[in-house]
Amino acid sequence: MSIPSDFVEETAEDGAVTLHFSGDLSIASIGDLPERLRDFASQAKRLDISGTGYVDTVGAWLIHRTARDMEAEIVGADDDAERLIAAVAGADQATEIRPDALNPVVRVLGEIGESTALAFTTLTGLIGFFGAIMVGFFRLVRHPGQIRWNAVIQRFDVVGVRALGIVGLMSFLIGLVIAQQGAVQLRQFGAEVFTVNLVGRLTLRELGVLMTAIMVAGRSGSAFAAQIGTMKLTEEIDAMRTIGVSPIEALVLPRFLAAVIMLPLLGFYASVVAIIGGGLLSWVELDIPPATFFARIREVVPLTDVYVGLVKAPVFGAIIAITGCYQGMQVKGNAEDVGKRTTAAVVQAIFLVIVLDAFFAVFFSWIGWN
Amino acid sequence: MSASQTIAYNPDYDGPIISVRGLRNSFGEQVVHDNLDLDVRRGEIIGVVGGSGTGKSVLMRSIIGLQMPNEGEVEVFGQHILGKSDAETIEIRKRWGVLFQGGALFSTLTVAENVMVPIREFYPDMDREFRREVAKYKVCLSGLPPDAAPKYPSQLSGGMRKRAGIARALALDPELLFLDEPTAGLDPIGAAAFDNLTKELQQTLGLTVFLITHDLDTLHAICDRVAVLADQQVIAVGTIDELLALDHPWIQEYFNGPRGRMASSGKKMLG
Ligand SMILES: Nc1ncnc2c1ncn2[C@@H]1O[C@H](COP(=O)(O)OP(=O)(O)O)[C@@H](O)[C@H]1O
Ligand SMILES: [Mg+2]
Repeated sequence: MSIPSDFVEETAEDGAVTLHFSGDLSIASIGDLPERLRDFASQAKRLDISGTGYVDTVGAWLIHRTARDMEAEIVGADDDAERLIAAVAGADQATEIRPDALNPVVRVLGEIGESTALAFTTLTGLIGFFGAIMVGFFRLVRHPGQIRWNAVIQRFDVVGVRALGIVGLMSFLIGLVIAQQGAVQLRQFGAEVFTVNLVGRLTLRELGVLMTAIMVAGRSGSAFAAQIGTMKLTEEIDAMRTIGVSPIEALVLPRFLAAVIMLPLLGFYASVVAIIGGGLLSWVELDIPPATFFARIREVVPLTDVYVGLVKAPVFGAIIAITGCYQGMQVKGNAEDVGKRTTAAVVQAIFLVIVLDAFFAVFFSWIGWN
Repeated sequence: MSASQTIAYNPDYDGPIISVRGLRNSFGEQVVHDNLDLDVRRGEIIGVVGGSGTGKSVLMRSIIGLQMPNEGEVEVFGQHILGKSDAETIEIRKRWGVLFQGGALFSTLTVAENVMVPIREFYPDMDREFRREVAKYKVCLSGLPPDAAPKYPSQLSGGMRKRAGIARALALDPELLFLDEPTAGLDPIGAAAFDNLTKELQQTLGLTVFLITHDLDTLHAICDRVAVLADQQVIAVGTIDELLALDHPWIQEYFNGPRGRMASSGKKMLG
């Protein structure tokens, strides 16, 4: 094994100090020598390495650096050591480990400014991106032969069909929970029969579509961002452009169409499954037989509730597709950016969906669809 | 060493640095290597050539323990390493550096930080300030300009990324360097500079270099011996002149094709 390196100091009669090194001067044996040399207070005139064994570049660097800082002379180097010391001396250049850091106040101010600017550029970017999608859409409407049906159908499958299981399970449980909570609370007034109203109206009007949108944002919005982002990194998107394929038409539009068309279907399906869940609980807990339950649903749920859900769903789908694809297209640099953009896509999609849902609520009550 | 079963590194060993015997690698139906033997001598630059997909990268991955072969023995520095855990081979792994085909730099770290990663992993007690200095001179030693050290890999050109990969491979002052197609995708000047760098490092640091390449110029310029991979085996090892004396069709085609002749005449004109 390697012999630990060490040094002893020798003071000559004229006061000149020589450091005699011993052992191997290598990365494995150097130990705490760098610290000890740094803490060594006095200045040495000579560094004698004639007593050392195996020397590698780390050892050579230590000798070179010590000699440089103490303005000392290196003696006793054999050919190998001399060559190594010359090599590392040639590589001794002022440089940094990381890019310069700013002072904290400036940095915080800068970050506030940057995130404000980013919020606005993201908003305008999303609107511009929506415009680009519309342009691509109408171009395809005029040239329907160029629609990539395969890609579109494949997206339908991934975004819609494959989500049926998880969306169904989630909605079923939500229906159960609403009915259960409703039954417990309304029973206090002897009004447990209104559980049916609660389940029917809440799911069709609000929760069915909203929860589906959140699920699709997490499932497909993130996938859009990650897929497109990775293609951006591997220059696939640039390659497409040069071949004359528009990435908007080839990548974004199929995803946009899939989300816009699938979300109403999924949302309606989710509402129905939630109602089934609520019906099941009402049957078990409140002794309302299914036939009565569904007859009541038809009485108490106005058709406008279904319209409300179905009007909102495509808008939410569009939001999810636009944020996902937009963030994917913004990826640059490295794999970490794909992760960041994917997170941003999901967070922005869910945030925008909930904000728009609030606007829709106000709007629909204003036009009298209560 | 702390763990008694850790394989110790023996500095007095002077047999072949790498010794591969009876290696067999397959992926499903596809057999990549079958009964492959190879010896690499101390201090040489051995070039490994072969058509695309003949398993050069897989051979390298088997030697460094990233790919578990179906059969065979691999010795590095005279120690069996197949089937050993990472903890057991740590002393051996400190002695080699690897440059992967794609560079494989950590994209979220700067070049200098990339170089510091192996040092921090294997020598956690090294003085922090000294570690930073080591990272800096390694970056410059690998031929990068000083202002490349605080840059992220995505800010570098392909050739600079290769050099950064070399800097990281050299971080621990290895005795054995694995290079997987280091000059692929470099311009001829950059490739020649890279060849010089490899040769210079080999001579200055006394390295043994396992060099996978397609670059005939590299083979002529810096390789002491060349191993030819074909038909799932190393069909021949030797200097280029020795290989030319064989009349294997692939070898003849490779070295005597139009590109092969140009590279060798270029060398004769220079030398
Ligand atoms: N992880 C893997 N799974 C399946 N096949 C692989 C894997 N890695 C390599 N191969 C196959 O092994 C063969 C040799 O690959 P490789 O060593 O990368 O070739 P090269 O000589 O060009 O470096 C190729 O045909 C490749 O398809
Ligand atoms: Mg390869």
